[in-house]
Amino acid sequence: MTTFMSRNDLFLFLGFTIVVLAMPIWLAPFGAGYPDLLQRFMIFGIFAVGFNILFGLTGYLSFGHAAFFGVGSYAAVWSFKLLTLDAIPAMIFAVLISGLFALIIGFLCLRRSGIYFSILTLAFAQMSYNLAYSVLTPITNGETGLQLTLADPRVLDAAVGQTFVGQPVPTLLGQQLGGYAGFYFCAGFLILAFFIAQRIAGSPFGMMLKAIKSNQTRMQFTGFNTRPYALSAFVISGMYAGLAGALLAVTDPLAGAERMQWTASGEVVLMTILGGVGTLVGPVIGAWIIKYFENILSALNDNILARFWSFLPEGVADVVVKITSKFVGDGWHLTLGLAFVIVVIFLPGGIMEGVRRIAAAFRRSGSSSAKPSARTQPAE
Amino acid sequence: MTILKRGLSRRRVLQTGMAGIIGSGVAPLVFTKGAWAQEFCNNPTGDTVVFGLNLPLTGTYAEEGADEQKAYELAIAHLNGEGDGGLLNVLQPSALKGNGILGKKVTYVSSDSQTKSDVARAGATRMIERDGAIMITGGSSSGEAIAVQGLCQEMGVIFMAGLTHSNDTTGKDKRRYGFRHFFNAYQSGIGLAPVLGQSYGNDRQAYHLTADYTWGWTQEESIKAATEALGWKTTAAVRTPLGATDYSQYLTPILNSGADVLILNHYGLDMVNSLTQAVQFGMRDRQANGKDFQIVTPLISELMAKGAGESVKGIFGTSNWHWNLQDPGSIAFTKSFGAAYGSPPSQAAHTAYVQALLYADAVERAGTFYPPEVIKALEGHEFDGMGNGKTLYRAEDHQCIKSVLVVQGNESPTSEFDVLNVVQEIDRDTVAYDPAIFGGDLGPAEPVPMCA
Repeated sequence: MTTFMSRNDLFLFLGFTIVVLAMPIWLAPFGAGYPDLLQRFMIFGIFAVGFNILFGLTGYLSFGHAAFFGVGSYAAVWSFKLLTLDAIPAMIFAVLISGLFALIIGFLCLRRSGIYFSILTLAFAQMSYNLAYSVLTPITNGETGLQLTLADPRVLDAAVGQTFVGQPVPTLLGQQLGGYAGFYFCAGFLILAFFIAQRIAGSPFGMMLKAIKSNQTRMQFTGFNTRPYALSAFVISGMYAGLAGALLAVTDPLAGAERMQWTASGEVVLMTILGGVGTLVGPVIGAWIIKYFENILSALNDNILARFWSFLPEGVADVVVKITSKFVGDGWHLTLGLAFVIVVIFLPGGIMEGVRRIAAAFRRSGSSSAKPSARTQPAE
Repeated sequence: MTILKRGLSRRRVLQTGMAGIIGSGVAPLVFTKGAWAQEFCNNPTGDTVVFGLNLPLTGTYAEEGADEQKAYELAIAHLNGEGDGGLLNVLQPSALKGNGILGKKVTYVSSDSQTKSDVARAGATRMIERDGAIMITGGSSSGEAIAVQGLCQEMGVIFMAGLTHSNDTTGKDKRRYGFRHFFNAYQSGIGLAPVLGQSYGNDRQAYHLTADYTWGWTQEESIKAATEALGWKTTAAVRTPLGATDYSQYLTPILNSGADVLILNHYGLDMVNSLTQAVQFGMRDRQANGKDFQIVTPLISELMAKGAGESVKGIFGTSNWHWNLQDPGSIAFTKSFGAAYGSPPSQAAHTAYVQALLYADAVERAGTFYPPEVIKALEGHEFDGMGNGKTLYRAEDHQCIKSVLVVQGNESPTSEFDVLNVVQEIDRDTVAYDPAIFGGDLGPAEPVPMCA
């Protein structure tokens, strides 16, 4: 009998699947159980999982992954405009284009490693951003963003005689992908993406990537050409980013240049480090936390804070509201920065290291009868 | 010994996977079931109704965003019958009773759009899906307005645009669910050109610096067309990224371009920066082609004029509204706003306030929140008393047709707010135009799309 997955891997995968599919339920008390944010959780989860294949496994820190994300979005929106409103061709198209784009950029950037590689990717991404923002405006519509209109040609839809009433929106085999349908569509892809990443990490190919991270020179001395491995990892992670970008365009058919900016590239690095570089679940958790902060903390205002702190005495409440208001609303970056600093100082391995430490403490304090099979579930 | 101890067979994994897929296919049906209970998006069933305010509180247009927020808070207070009632007393005709909308108290949720289209859309989606907003309003950038307008059409939620001046908002990107009270770049061109001709002559060389997005593009096009009709020539039109802070690289080439007028198609902080730097470059003290070098800012507001300080003196532009107008509507609004916040309102605040009232009034007249009925009530609605004279919400493109102000930077301001003078009020028949010239398609109001 062939074993397909190790038991631990299987539990991790199943646990992850359950946590993801049940998100609308367990996130509701945190004010995050609404479709748009859940879709973003899925999309940026995919982005971070893909980024981790490059950064976590090979150790190559790319500062330009948002470029592939943006290219995926633009490719998907153009597929909606020119071919059909169906999501599947758009996503295939987006993944192929971003993979191709990653191949070119990866081929050039992987000639260097370390900080030089990071700077090169950053430069290419910033170039792509500027192209999208001002040079290629006929293709990207610049700052205004690329949108679907009634007047788009949509050749394939026209060929089968399909017409649309109202604002065109992407569909899947005729089913609209707004709201929870969109969330489950994205969730399916996140689970698939996670599964593939898990398989890659456990495969001989993944072993090669980890070897590149631990000592590239030694690998070369033993007769391996590391470049094709690193390039494959780069392209795979570029395709993941393209997939995420395409999903963002599927759930919200507008592609803006901001999503290619260096801040977006930096964000995925933050997600990965915050969650735990090199772990499978960590980057996803990091992505969720950052998106949660961005969408929930930034929406709090003084009124909500005043209600929250209203149990305090009059004068104290005012002071507390004044102080906390600096950390929410447009000051949410401050909170994120603090959280990031704390994690990096006290938990260099990210949140997953915290989870591991807590699990280890439990194991030590637990009696000897504690089953060795007890393992950490993905934190949530 | 179980299978689990040694891992799983491929068959078992496939079986489990299939169960998972079926499970996840059924699950969405369970969660969306409740949606069928309401016949349109966020039908208010309780005794409150929620406005979604999508405001740029950070970024290039943050200052107008902050002013809009004040105006919305004031408008909501007035709609609920709090405060002095503001423009409720002067709107003609009015169905507003000062007890909320259709007897429901108005509340609001807000979101920081960061002056970015992507973020604005995410914020609007959140307010519609999570907070149950019945109407989205606000914004200070046409990029945002167009992005959010498309989203609102998709979701079946009415969008009352805040400050947006691009021709595209009610032109090629117009939507059935989107409405704009603010004027547009084309109307600025019609209003401004005669004044420029009178003051600066008909033989000028213009150099444009343009914010690189939909509003900048259409304003450049409109002002170019209007000034070239006067006999001016356009030397060059250079695009600058939104949110740039250093304009010296764009200003230096102007000195040797042979141009004698600089037209700044910038807004918000961009304009404050570019105008101040242009003046620091000594542009206004220069002579070119034997004439005094001039700067024109086709769209300007008190907030920007205040920000630019000395630099704005004597400079021509257009505005949607000015607090110093002497009609009863403007006086009432300036008084309520001043009493609440201690400063006169900007044009952004005015348009935001008016849009909130007009939506409420349309709902009252329609007798329902059902969006297609509200749209019908707004389309072709003629009203007066809101500070711009008689105003028509045109049915063909959802653009308000009303008078436009040509303003000039005040040479001797008496207070820090007295920075612009109204030079001329161009009446609405002059600035009206054929809606067909910009193309676009509103799309249908029904069937009403259903949000999640």
